[in-house]
Amino acid sequence: MTTLTRGPEAVKLPAPAPAARRRGRWVSIVLFLLPALVLFLMLVVAPMLVAIYSSVFKWNGFGGLPTDFIGLDNFTRLFTSEIFAQDLWHLAVLVLLSIFVQLPFSLAIAMLLNQRIRGRALYRVLFFAPYVLSEVITGVLFSLILSPGSGMANQLLSVFGWESEWLADPNTVMPSLFLVMTWKYFGFHMMIYLAGRQNIPNELIEAAQIDGATGWKTFRHVTLPLLGPTIRISVFLSVIYTIQLFDLVWILTGGGPSHSSETMAVTMMDWGFKRSQVGYASAISVVMFGLSLVFALLYQRFVMRRDLEGATTSAGGRP
Amino acid sequence: MSRQRTKPATPRRNTLPLHVIASVVGLFMVIPVVYALLGGFKDNSELSGNPFGLPESWITANYTDVLGSGSFWLQVWNSTFIAVITTVLTVALAALAGFVFARFAFRGRELFFTLFTAGLMFPFAVAILPIFVLLRTFGLLDNPLGVILTQAAFGLPLTIIILRGFFRSIPGEIEEAATIDGCTPFGFFWRILLPMARPAIATVSVLAVVGSWNNFMLPLVVFSEESSWTLPLGIQQFQGQYASDTARILAYLILAMVPALGFYAIAERHLVGGLTAGATKG
Repeated sequence: MTTLTRGPEAVKLPAPAPAARRRGRWVSIVLFLLPALVLFLMLVVAPMLVAIYSSVFKWNGFGGLPTDFIGLDNFTRLFTSEIFAQDLWHLAVLVLLSIFVQLPFSLAIAMLLNQRIRGRALYRVLFFAPYVLSEVITGVLFSLILSPGSGMANQLLSVFGWESEWLADPNTVMPSLFLVMTWKYFGFHMMIYLAGRQNIPNELIEAAQIDGATGWKTFRHVTLPLLGPTIRISVFLSVIYTIQLFDLVWILTGGGPSHSSETMAVTMMDWGFKRSQVGYASAISVVMFGLSLVFALLYQRFVMRRDLEGATTSAGGRP
Repeated sequence: MSRQRTKPATPRRNTLPLHVIASVVGLFMVIPVVYALLGGFKDNSELSGNPFGLPESWITANYTDVLGSGSFWLQVWNSTFIAVITTVLTVALAALAGFVFARFAFRGRELFFTLFTAGLMFPFAVAILPIFVLLRTFGLLDNPLGVILTQAAFGLPLTIIILRGFFRSIPGEIEEAATIDGCTPFGFFWRILLPMARPAIATVSVLAVVGSWNNFMLPLVVFSEESSWTLPLGIQQFQGQYASDTARILAYLILAMVPALGFYAIAERHLVGGLTAGATKG
């Protein structure tokens, strides 16, 4: 990866005195790198380490570093907690819904907008637009629309003689949350798929059609396999995002009613800031981190390996 | 993003079903926003009786009240200030570091670069408690700097990766020529590399602006005083304060959407290009 890089030392020149030159080079390296490195170590790496460290202490967050060491008690408490079990269940539900509903939907819309239909540029802009709105705007808007009783969604559905408690009912809160997530994020995945589709040479699609493949067969046996790397990336991003899901849930439901839509990040914020049990909250954040890390490593090792080995570039010709 | 024209799958196929599907999805996307836009012009009794139609009489008070309130503009200003300074800081530090990673060969380079790339794997939520404690220790709570520095630190990994990739693609001959003409490393960086990297700089800047503008979790824990609130905090608070006054909240939401959608309209290409490139090229 680094062989292409050409440092200044590759330049064959009547240079100033070599020693001074070398010193100047190191001064540049240090001066240029140091600001970013210091900021990164202070506000990313150090807090990460402190989070891991304080997860084995009983700590209210005050008075320097924690001192009341309690071993893995926070974790034992966490793994026997019913709320945490619910967090994991909600994570599983949202991940499965995302992979089997939201992403296929995004893919279908991307394929649709890849056709030459009138107004497709407008649709593309429109479908992606909610992605740039903040989670707070989205959350507040939908908490009004989905408000039980006379919210806009219920008034719309009353035409069909149907209504729902949406976010206020433990049985419908997760599907409602997922609906809002889809509204906000499917355009992002659609854009990724569109970009991936545009990297597929049209000759391949046309060749399949000349060979007599129908639209569906072309998609199933040519387009879909070639989109593989793109799809695997979008699944990856979706899962990592869901593990850390916070803003939307906090605004829409606060994790309720009675923890029925709570996520790990919401539980963590609850214990860390509302109840000042920073050690316990840190244990939650460590589990969140561990889950992301394990997922990322396993996924890259077993699912994305072919892509990382450069299968994407060979897709053009070699089978 | 290359806008390669795709040929129709089969020429002259009936595209009506596609139009129907696209329009239905389009309605799903648009209805909530249109509802909010029109709702802002109604009063609450009309809103519950006539949620979808045009307002019987266009009441502008909801919008003008928000626009006339100092707190809305203060939040817009706070959000803007924080987004701009965050972006400048992130891009400046990342450009310098990316320059070193791209153009200098030195021992430990890969180690440091790997450290930064590993930062992509650190979820922000995991670090929020220690960051809060750290900012409190340094007296940076209720200080925009607390949010700015943290956002910049977490923005560095992706920005460095994108800029390093771009800097590496600039031919070494240009650097040789500059050095022959007596350019120092910083002179080369400042006068040649940065101007050449303008598209990449634009992309990472747009990503940083949007990320900062929409950030909620960090301002939520850092800012407790109303005078330092950003828009997302203000919206959340406004909803709590006027819980039963739906029409007024809708007006606030619409006005809060305007800057984000306006920015999207201006920077759509960079935003979409940056996000999809970040996703598809790792």
